[in-house]
Amino acid sequence: MKKFEKLTSAIVPLNIENIDTDQIIPARFLKATTREGFGENLFCDWRYDENRNPKPDFVLNDKTYAGKILVAGKNFGCGSSREHAAWAIQDAGFDAVVSSFFADIFKGNALNNGLLPVQVSDDFLHQIFIEVAKNHENEVEIDLEKQTITILSTGQQENFEINAYKKSCLINGYDDIDFILNQKQLIAEFEQTK
Amino acid sequence: MSKTLVEKIWDAHVVKSEAGFPDILYIDTHFIHEVTSPQAFDGLRKRGLPVFRPKQTIATADHNVPTVNQHLPIKEELSRYQVDMLTKNCAEFGVELYGLGHPFQGIVHVIGPELGITQPGATIVCGDSHTSTHGAFGSIAFGIGTSQVEQVMATQCLLQQKPKTMKIEVNGETGVGVSAKDIILYIISQISAAGGTGYFIEYAGSAITSLSMEARMTICNMSIEMGARGGLIAPDETTFEYLKGREFSPKGEEWDKAVVKWKTLYSDANAHFDKVLTFNAADIEPMITYGTNPGMGMGITQNVPATDKQAVPEQLSYQKALDYMGIADNSPLLGKSIDYVFIGSCTNSRMEDLREVAHFVEGKHKAEGVTVWIVPGSKQIEQQAIAEGLDKIFEAAGFQLREPGCSACLGMNEDKIPAGKYCVSTSNRNFEGRQGQNARTLLASPLTAAAAAVTGRITDVRELLEA
Repeated sequence: MKKFEKLTSAIVPLNIENIDTDQIIPARFLKATTREGFGENLFCDWRYDENRNPKPDFVLNDKTYAGKILVAGKNFGCGSSREHAAWAIQDAGFDAVVSSFFADIFKGNALNNGLLPVQVSDDFLHQIFIEVAKNHENEVEIDLEKQTITILSTGQQENFEINAYKKSCLINGYDDIDFILNQKQLIAEFEQTK
Repeated sequence: MSKTLVEKIWDAHVVKSEAGFPDILYIDTHFIHEVTSPQAFDGLRKRGLPVFRPKQTIATADHNVPTVNQHLPIKEELSRYQVDMLTKNCAEFGVELYGLGHPFQGIVHVIGPELGITQPGATIVCGDSHTSTHGAFGSIAFGIGTSQVEQVMATQCLLQQKPKTMKIEVNGETGVGVSAKDIILYIISQISAAGGTGYFIEYAGSAITSLSMEARMTICNMSIEMGARGGLIAPDETTFEYLKGREFSPKGEEWDKAVVKWKTLYSDANAHFDKVLTFNAADIEPMITYGTNPGMGMGITQNVPATDKQAVPEQLSYQKALDYMGIADNSPLLGKSIDYVFIGSCTNSRMEDLREVAHFVEGKHKAEGVTVWIVPGSKQIEQQAIAEGLDKIFEAAGFQLREPGCSACLGMNEDKIPAGKYCVSTSNRNFEGRQGQNARTLLASPLTAAAAAVTGRITDVRELLEA
């Protein structure tokens, strides 16, 4: 799994609430049997018209926005458990998603792939949207070790929560399977007690 | 110490609990399907691992299968490849597959209960968010991502944080024409599409315990639509009666032992829930959704809530949803014309749903211009429907009875609703584009869907029942 330490980047703002995983990657693209290539269909139905022409008013088609941090409205990633949503966001070049609330399954899927979900307060989220509206190049810094997120243009900073175990997984680039595989003896013993 | 049902089941499955780490939770039963498993099998290959306990994983093909001519090769190349890949992976790793053509094939959350694989007190997972359905039997059942599918296949365990618990009580009796689907749509409309996030929900109260198993599955199925990982109902005589004699239910002495154990599965009287909500069944009328998340629902006689009555930061998203739906705020939905009716999905595709719809439409006919698809949840249900002559009733009414699969619930196969068209659907999600690009979904119960099919309009089914 990809390691995550510190990230300083401009952001891509998507000020919409309740973005479900069907919007992130529509079901018709789930026929693939590998993890790669989902990025080109990220937010497909918001990004392209029926003839696959980019819709100019959608943020991913606006070249003045760039960056490795996606910032979205609350309850991001609700709905289907498809991990393809996390793969698509990552495949499109994002390393972190910032929102004021994440759906559980999406958050877990993101963490299992080294895509960092950063949950901030509603006010802080609002501030990020304001700053990026002022200047698309305004950057945000995410420091996983310190668990802080900072709007560099204003210096506003907030701490974010992350499970200590998951944090060490991200920093070291290892995953749950690596961890549980070491416990197989214990699992076999547990089965005997059932 | 008093414990909730969730805590009892959870604690009985913890292999290891260590401060600072998630629990290692043992998984009894793992269901897989063609869409979220191929990358997990690939992961096992890359790590050189077998499936640790292959007998505890059961596979079926449902999400991406056609619902007509299932005896023929799948036409669409990518779909065929994905379904073939499941067959190949299951053979290679020694996993039982109820694939196309098998008499047990069907929607994963329909066949597990129907075959008696889903049992009280178990931990059950699947790479699908509607795994919460299995909670109807008093089990901890939740959806997982593909990395976790790989994890379960590799170790029969998951790393999980113990969830918070919520109790939702629905008391009293529901009125005529109000079903389990209306109860759950009502609850979601009250607490929002995110109101259950972080919780496992236990449903209780007389309006819940009086429900059949199939109706309980409809309730638990939509727990995820308020963000909850799972929902469950304590097992009782209704549960045991349903399970007795099913294909994989315990038999003989094993059955008796199992029932003794299952009878211990309830929340203790003084158990602490992190949140408790209470609703009155009499307040619930037939429900319908008007927006693009399942929380945007209302009683069918109501007007769509006003945009300016929403919290200010939410008004933009709210109006965007109404614009997508082509629905004005402050307006009624009753009488609005519709184009499609879909009766199916892991929410409402079981025998009771089909019987209820057949009983209602017998002697009636669909309205002109409306397309009606009935997609049974499993091959067994399809066969039972034919044995009971329901197929004839549907045919006479102009309803198409198709073959089992997830179908238009998520529009992965050809069963898509065209752009701009309105579909009254018994499925679980009204997200933008869920049933097809720019399709407009109105979630409702099977009866409300059948009423819309007959009139061609959004209709209060109670008027047709009382007539």
